[in-house]
Amino acid sequence: MSETITKTLDLKGLSCPLPIAKTAQAIRDLQPGELIESLATDPGAVPDFNAWCTSTGNVLVEQTEDAGVFRFVIKKQ
Amino acid sequence: MLVVTAQGYGRQGYAMGTDDRLSLVLFSGTDDKLQAAAVLTVGAAAMARPVDVFLQYWALDAFRADRILKDHGVSPEAGPEGERAMRDQGKTHWSELFRQAKDLGQVRIQACADSMEMFHITTDDLDPLVDGIWGVASFFMEADGPVTFI
Repeated sequence: MSETITKTLDLKGLSCPLPIAKTAQAIRDLQPGELIESLATDPGAVPDFNAWCTSTGNVLVEQTEDAGVFRFVIKKQ
Repeated sequence: MLVVTAQGYGRQGYAMGTDDRLSLVLFSGTDDKLQAAAVLTVGAAAMARPVDVFLQYWALDAFRADRILKDHGVSPEAGPEGERAMRDQGKTHWSELFRQAKDLGQVRIQACADSMEMFHITTDDLDPLVDGIWGVASFFMEADGPVTFI
């Protein structure tokens, strides 16, 4: 990925709905177009990050999973 | 002040025409139910939905400044095994979740005037999470959609 990630959040071990809440909180400090990366282990994070992005208009540009850690890259609207 | 919008009457101070408000009435004062209510509130706030929380009876008692962090027990249906499972999960305390929800979005926590009278307490006795006192009529003026009772 060519774009730079402005902020990374380590949300591993947190349960629903904190990964979303902490991401929603942190994205406020970003400028539109900037990227935030969230790392979570809560299985609910997969449907939740998709729902949250759909509902708020932020764009989920990347979603991967590695050894039980879900990684979401979100572009601020 | 009421403003007529395409979708009906909106309230001043909130986005006009939004009908996605979450209106929660908290009656129970046990930690499991307050935890579940706090999770719903944070989730709704993260989704940019306004939330009104109306505290009655034992839920209001749990929001008293001097006992908010004390053990409030769990619902009878939990049983000892259910209580252990909940405590072992080690979730963030419900009061902290409500605090985060208020920081995230439009969340109002209001005490029921009648329950305040029942306990003979004033707003000074309540945790600062509580924004003020509402009567039932004030609550229903704001909650023009479905109401969830916990």
